[in-house]
Amino acid sequence: MKRSLVLLACAAALGVSGCTKDVTPQIVQVAEADTGGSRRGDFGPPVGEPIRAVLTSPPHVPPPTNRNYPARVIVELEVTEVDMEISEGVTYTFWTFGGTVPGSFIRVRQGDTVEFHLKNHPDSKMPHNIDLHGVTGPGGGAASSFTAPGHKSTFTFKALNQGLYVYHCATAPVGMHVANGMYGLILVEPPEGLRPVDREFYVMQGDFYTVGKYREKGHQPFDMQKAIDEHPTYVVFNGAETALTGPKALKAKTNETIRMYVGNGGPNLVSSFHVIGEIFDKVQYEGGTRYQENVQTTLIPAGGAAIVEFHTEVPGTYVLVDHSIFRAFNKGALAMLEVEGTQVPEIFSGKLQDEVYIGDKVANLAPVSAAVQASAQGKLTVAQQIEAGSALYKGTCSVCHQDDGAGLQNVFPPLAKSDYLMSDPQRAIEVVLNGLSGPVTVNGSTYNSVMPPMSQLNDDEVANILTYALNSWGNKGPAITAEQVAKVRATTKRSVGAAH
Amino acid sequence: MRSIALPSIAASLLLLGSPAEAAGTHVVSDAPLQITIPAGEFASVLPPAPGVKTVRVAAFRLDHTPVTNEQFARFVARHPEWRRDRVPRVFADDGYLSHWKSATEIEPGQRNQPVVHVSWFAASAYCEARGARLPTWHEWEYVAAASATEPDGRKDEQWRQNILAWYSKSARQPLPVVGKTPVNYYGVHDLHGVVWEWVDDLSAMLVSNDNRQQSEPDTLRYCGPGALSMEEKENYATLMRIAMLSSMQANYTSKTMGFRCASDLGPKQERIHEPLR
Repeated sequence: MKRSLVLLACAAALGVSGCTKDVTPQIVQVAEADTGGSRRGDFGPPVGEPIRAVLTSPPHVPPPTNRNYPARVIVELEVTEVDMEISEGVTYTFWTFGGTVPGSFIRVRQGDTVEFHLKNHPDSKMPHNIDLHGVTGPGGGAASSFTAPGHKSTFTFKALNQGLYVYHCATAPVGMHVANGMYGLILVEPPEGLRPVDREFYVMQGDFYTVGKYREKGHQPFDMQKAIDEHPTYVVFNGAETALTGPKALKAKTNETIRMYVGNGGPNLVSSFHVIGEIFDKVQYEGGTRYQENVQTTLIPAGGAAIVEFHTEVPGTYVLVDHSIFRAFNKGALAMLEVEGTQVPEIFSGKLQDEVYIGDKVANLAPVSAAVQASAQGKLTVAQQIEAGSALYKGTCSVCHQDDGAGLQNVFPPLAKSDYLMSDPQRAIEVVLNGLSGPVTVNGSTYNSVMPPMSQLNDDEVANILTYALNSWGNKGPAITAEQVAKVRATTKRSVGAAH
Repeated sequence: MRSIALPSIAASLLLLGSPAEAAGTHVVSDAPLQITIPAGEFASVLPPAPGVKTVRVAAFRLDHTPVTNEQFARFVARHPEWRRDRVPRVFADDGYLSHWKSATEIEPGQRNQPVVHVSWFAASAYCEARGARLPTWHEWEYVAAASATEPDGRKDEQWRQNILAWYSKSARQPLPVVGKTPVNYYGVHDLHGVVWEWVDDLSAMLVSNDNRQQSEPDTLRYCGPGALSMEEKENYATLMRIAMLSSMQANYTSKTMGFRCASDLGPKQERIHEPLR
């Protein structure tokens, strides 16, 4: 199909500028190109001196290999069994590759010969091994790397396929070793390397099964039954609820391209990886070669990975979640990316206004409509005004000034027995219509906050609310009429954007 | 029963095929008490042959606790060829007795802790010096399947969780002293929750190094791994033992690997423990 299209286009162009013979096959090749997988991944024997791989702890990623030839790369990875916090005040014995969960990030180039040294610390209670999904060979290296405590195994493999691969322990019982945190990522760069970006991060999800409940304090042992039932106590990024939050949040700046190598160690759950407030410009599903663009949420299988990229425009905190959302808010699958920079309101304004929305307004606002009718007939009484004002006050003003008009000390000024309100009812009309920001002194206390303009209220409503406020909670004041409000509305210039 | 020549007698491992007593070894006097275990049948996670569900275990005697540092130190004193500075590396790796104060002395706090950092060769030699031997895997598994009240407690969720809880504890913590865990159905202490233990037929433990390959058992090395019933969750606790043992070679030592001895039933004095109920 593609070939014939190209030929047609070429034939059409013939009459104008001619069509050279070598153009057609080249285009066809691009259209049908694959990278050749393992068939084209062997670039010959390693060249030069062996290179010691730079391993990094999460969330850091080793620098690009920056090589254009295959090398012998030495990877030394130490297995340790360590007690660490999985949540605040909750410890767990993690089994780790390199002392962290996930394990150290390994970065090599396609065609490299990897000389792998797996060391099992003498303090380990268990034997361990490693199965790298980037290995071509039975068991992914598992049998060749089976190592007793206090010993070291060595094996080599040639990284024939480019991509992002999970590695994990495969010692029986495999599920328990994985559930205890024994997984990580190995990146096999394509021969030409990856496009440079501003920042790279290493994030890996895992599910954990403890005897105690979520956030139950103390040391928590592994719960085999919960693991078999696939009922995790914790679902976290990088091995702990707090691994990437607060002071440990990922940090970036605006106008940067961010690349995340995201893995999922499982053992059981599949991740619906999502960054709240961002759209992935590119996703290399399952760490493969092709990318999809403009992705909101990407699925990362247990024992799988993805490379996601996005560009930062707007400063703020972006939250990484497993969008199977109870895991995020009730099991810990939540991480933060803090983006620093200047605000860009034309892309994102931030919150302009917060209003109360009352769904069942009609039912609750009977006194209001009664007042409207009475007003139209010129028979409106102060009592009706107060009753209507009371209904409107609730849900509009009471959110800040409180139902009893007492406000909140130092935050929202009081209306009850308020010298500021009672001394100048005319000013009160202006405040309701136009809002008020900056310091004011009320009953001797200074308040410095923002009251938005109540532009959604009509003249009758403002009059009724103010009449209610001036005659409630011990206040004794005048009634305000709709005419007074209309006059102020007509004479005051209101800020742009406030009317709506 | 196999017996092995001590390094001082022969530099390489020889199967003499003669009782230990005949080899003239000295019997350690303050060895752990032994409990007589009655004969029985049970379902092993390592069945003896494909299609065979149960294993028959003949009556035997088993130490009621693991061997302690003090007991092993007395053995080393009498058999200096097993000192850490004299033993050939083919019989014990660099870690051998590395936790001791010196080649002949232990730290005071280690006296009643189980001896660890011992190789299979050293453990076998110790037992042989006592006229005993290491238990076979099936003997060990048979006794270790018991809970406090049942000869086979493996389906008891709490029992299983207790074992897994030990696996969940870091080996950095100091070892407990022996004999402090409650006795099991047979009257034996510490089969779980203290140390790993060597078994006599270690070579039979060398199941495939990649235990996920259940469909392709390495029949040359062991005929049973194809039947390893890993899907049985009650077997997880036992599988951890098998994984650990299969990672060890006979000269390896580890911070958490100890042992206890077993004996065939004989005319010698017995201390029979009456099983509960």
